[in-house]
Amino acid sequence: MALIFGSASADSPRIDPERQHELVRLVRQDCGSCHGMQLHGGLGPALTPATLRDKPVESLVSTILHGRPDTPMPPWKSFLSEAEAAWIVDSLQRGFPDAR
Amino acid sequence: MRARLSALLLLTLGALAGCAGHELRGTGDLGVVIERASGSVQILDTSQRASLGKVAGLGDLSHASISYSRDARYAYVFGRDGGLTKVDLLTRRIVRRVIQGGTSIGGAISPDGKLVAVANYEPGGVKVFDANDLSLVADIPAVGADGTRSKVVGLVDAPGQRFVFSLFEAGEIWVADMREPRQPALRKFSGIGREPYDGMITSDGRHYAAGLFGEDGVALLDLWNLDAGVKRALVAFGRHGEKLPVYKMPHLEGWAATGSQIVLPAVGKHEVIIADQHDWQEVARVPVAGQAVFAVARPDGRQVWINFAYPDNGTVQVLDLPSRRIVQTLTPGKGVLHLEFSPRGEQVWLSLRDENRIEIYDPDTFARIGTLPAESPSGIFFTVRAHRIGL
Ligand code: HEC
Repeated sequence: MALIFGSASADSPRIDPERQHELVRLVRQDCGSCHGMQLHGGLGPALTPATLRDKPVESLVSTILHGRPDTPMPPWKSFLSEAEAAWIVDSLQRGFPDAR
Repeated sequence: MRARLSALLLLTLGALAGCAGHELRGTGDLGVVIERASGSVQILDTSQRASLGKVAGLGDLSHASISYSRDARYAYVFGRDGGLTKVDLLTRRIVRRVIQGGTSIGGAISPDGKLVAVANYEPGGVKVFDANDLSLVADIPAVGADGTRSKVVGLVDAPGQRFVFSLFEAGEIWVADMREPRQPALRKFSGIGREPYDGMITSDGRHYAAGLFGEDGVALLDLWNLDAGVKRALVAFGRHGEKLPVYKMPHLEGWAATGSQIVLPAVGKHEVIIADQHDWQEVARVPVAGQAVFAVARPDGRQVWINFAYPDNGTVQVLDLPSRRIVQTLTPGKGVLHLEFSPRGEQVWLSLRDENRIEIYDPDTFARIGTLPAESPSGIFFTVRAHRIGL
């Protein structure tokens, strides 16, 4: 796995800080209604580094953008760009930032 | 910033005032609002339209709900992190708190007020506690007929000292008779439909309805006649047009039952359905602003107030039942998560998560008559629930 840890996060998708703030809120609050605000799971599975670290980034990004048919996981492509979904996956795999 | 400070001041003053007096008071005009991000609740007073104070230390309260003790003094708070907390509304203190499971979704109190049941997602099942000291009385693992352990949803109390709930993965409804509290007698109904996501009981305690995510319609159980089994109702509902994505699962608890009519959410449709409460036949469909989450009847049954899932969660609509028309669309602010009427319906309280406040409206004039600061408020629960079946 070529994940780079530490401050540089050179390979994380670039999202401006204001939008990052919105995305953190969206994930904690609106994804949180199914995955839990602490992302420890609910109707949907836990989205923690432990559960996501070894899953392929591309398929997780695709799950977020297109949802999973025949499950409650809805598609978010009307609200999130591919880069934003990639930033969310990257952040989830590292440990998601707090809302405040 | 200034709003924050004055909010703090108000709360502190409220707390001081509470400690100062020993005067007797009832709890019939009190309630609780969940502050989901900070793990706290505020005790609300609908007569003063004020907050009496804050109680903190309740853990992860995203998606938290509450049942009241039968004397309406204590709130049992069911937290997402499996925490069950008993809060005294009068002293505004935590009486007892236990971590009873991994993640939970809600709970119920038995008709005699002696047992509190909690529905768990993880590990899937129901745990029943002594309402007095929260000691464990019974543990009911939700293993379906197919052997899989399921998340439990839609847990309600029912007449006859029973709890009724649904199994999400297994697609079952279970009725637990708690007359022998340590040995619940279970009656299980399988094959009720795919993925029941929530359940409700009508206010007369007769019908339990589980909303289905995996197919159309609701699974309906007549609790006066269990031998008749689970029937499917309102199957035609949702069978038209394309399904829209659902960004938040609708809640059935408290879905507006007005005595003769019931208002239900469509899943994946921007509509609500009005059905006859006795024969469960569809009466009408009404287009609304988004995916409905809560629809709450005014106590007189004349109006139903509806809020919506993301991205329409800044809107509230008012359905007039006699004319079956939307008579008002309000945009009180961002993130309207819940609404609750005062016992006789002269006020309706709205929680605005993203605005960090509660708004109070007059449902006759639609005028805003009050506002209170709250941190990421979600559910608002007034003590009138203490005396209602299924809440
Ligand atoms: C209405 C409920 C709901 C909402 C809202 C929701 N999810 Fe999901 N999500 C689910 C369910 C259910 C699954 C599991 C699907 C399955 O069974 O494969 C899931 C799966 C996932 C997965 C795959 C996890 C894995 O281990 O493979 C990711 C990633 C995910 N969701 C991210 C998100 C994000 C990000 C958001 C918000 C932008 C979100 N979800 C909002 C219900 C939801």
